[in-house]
Amino acid sequence: MIELAQNIIDGFGRGSIYALLALGVAVIFGVMHLLNFAHGELITVSGYVTFWAISAGWSWYIMVPLIIFTAVATSLLIEFVAFSRVRGAGDFTLLLTSFGVHFVVSAIFLLYVSASVKTFNRPGWVTNTYSVGSLNVEVFDTVVIGVTALALLGTTLLLQRTMFGLALRAAAADFDTARLMGVRSNLVIRGAFALSGFLAGIAGVFWLMRAGSTTPTAGIDPMLKGVLAALIGGLGSLRGAVLGGFTLGLAEVLLRSRLPDSVAGLTEGVVFVLIAVLFIFRPQGLLTVAHAERV
Amino acid sequence: MLEVAGLTTRYGAISALRQATLRVGSGEVVGLIGPNGAGKTTLLASIAGLLSPSEGTVTFEGADITGQPPEKLLRAGLALVPEHRRIFVDLTVEENLKIGGVTVTPADRAQLLEEMQELFPVLRARFGEAAGHLSGGEAQQLAIARALMSKPRLLMMDEPSLGLAPVLVDVVFKLIESLRASGRTLLVVEQNATRMLEVADRAYVLRSGEVVGEGTASELAERADLFDTFIGSRE
Repeated sequence: MIELAQNIIDGFGRGSIYALLALGVAVIFGVMHLLNFAHGELITVSGYVTFWAISAGWSWYIMVPLIIFTAVATSLLIEFVAFSRVRGAGDFTLLLTSFGVHFVVSAIFLLYVSASVKTFNRPGWVTNTYSVGSLNVEVFDTVVIGVTALALLGTTLLLQRTMFGLALRAAAADFDTARLMGVRSNLVIRGAFALSGFLAGIAGVFWLMRAGSTTPTAGIDPMLKGVLAALIGGLGSLRGAVLGGFTLGLAEVLLRSRLPDSVAGLTEGVVFVLIAVLFIFRPQGLLTVAHAERV
Repeated sequence: MLEVAGLTTRYGAISALRQATLRVGSGEVVGLIGPNGAGKTTLLASIAGLLSPSEGTVTFEGADITGQPPEKLLRAGLALVPEHRRIFVDLTVEENLKIGGVTVTPADRAQLLEEMQELFPVLRARFGEAAGHLSGGEAQQLAIARALMSKPRLLMMDEPSLGLAPVLVDVVFKLIESLRASGRTLLVVEQNATRMLEVADRAYVLRSGEVVGEGTASELAERADLFDTFIGSRE
């Protein structure tokens, strides 16, 4: 029982990061019908900024806003340089463009920086723990869960209480009709990329704090987690993305602790099998999406 | 107010609209009638910026607006109630109206919300409900109210009675009459030619992407060829 409670806390900690990544993927998909395989590059770029800044003696207190700023700026830059050029093109073109951005960003760091792993110091408290009864809780998980809850609350308020949020939800439901109502397509698409970058930036802070290193391909794992979580929850559903993130985090932690040591390395493979089984019974993901198609 | 001159719009190699020309004066209610596939919706979509015409011009209040994006045209004072209403079913009635007023100031938006509830009492009763729960007639009223939230000087409607029960069709045409009485300028695409001519000052008849007739209800009534050949709904 204690072990299960421990796993659930760990799973929520891990799932919080996935939820933030998935929400960013879902926001972009809702507005552009683009499954953004370049989403992880926000963390790749942030990782190198973190490496250079920490190497120059900057503290993590400065790194937090810097990483978030980097992710937002990178997200907007990718939209401007790549996606705005193919706006209005078919879904397949957008998908290929996102793959292209992913490979180009990786190649830039590979060619002009290094293929080797770049490590940087993590904050000291990341590995600290505290006890609650018989439970041993990581300070890191507590902070991640708390900050994610605040970020999700802030995102909900933004989407529900502001005209920008209303425009974003309307555009996600029916882009052309939203434009007929006067919603500016540029504003809503760039706003979606900024919001997606902001959420990825928060996720990136925690991802990089835990990893303490980066490589040219560091964005693949967070991209996969974000896309998978969004698919699990129901692509196009913002609530589904959050649910998918927590589900994926919990599934990974529970499987890793339950599988025999001899096959523990297959955890991710087993997770993929479970996701495939889920899609057999619920192809639309956990939550049904009323308007998955952009029109 | 609105001048369309020689407008041609193509879907690939097919011309859905050919050299269409029409005019809408301030305070007029103008109908666009014709059979299925005549190009009526294409014409409205080309005026509203949803389709890019390959030839011709659209002039609104003296300014050339040909090919401008819909969000810009709305700010110029030109709103469209699209075919099939296309309300945002997951948003509430209030949110649908608010998004219709995204271009006006917050103070104007609040005032317009009140005005729309006065004009459409059924929306007041269902203000906080998801728009997906509305009946067809209620949804059509919401679509019209949503378009009016932008304070348009020209309101275009695409098939406002499409898919509605006869009793709700009456509601829609009474609404058009009340909008006409309030001095609004309307351009309405409608398959129900007989009903449209009852409320319109003038109408244009389209066939196979071309404007083949124009006139008042009584003038068009003289054109038996148009009604019998293209409309077929005169009673």
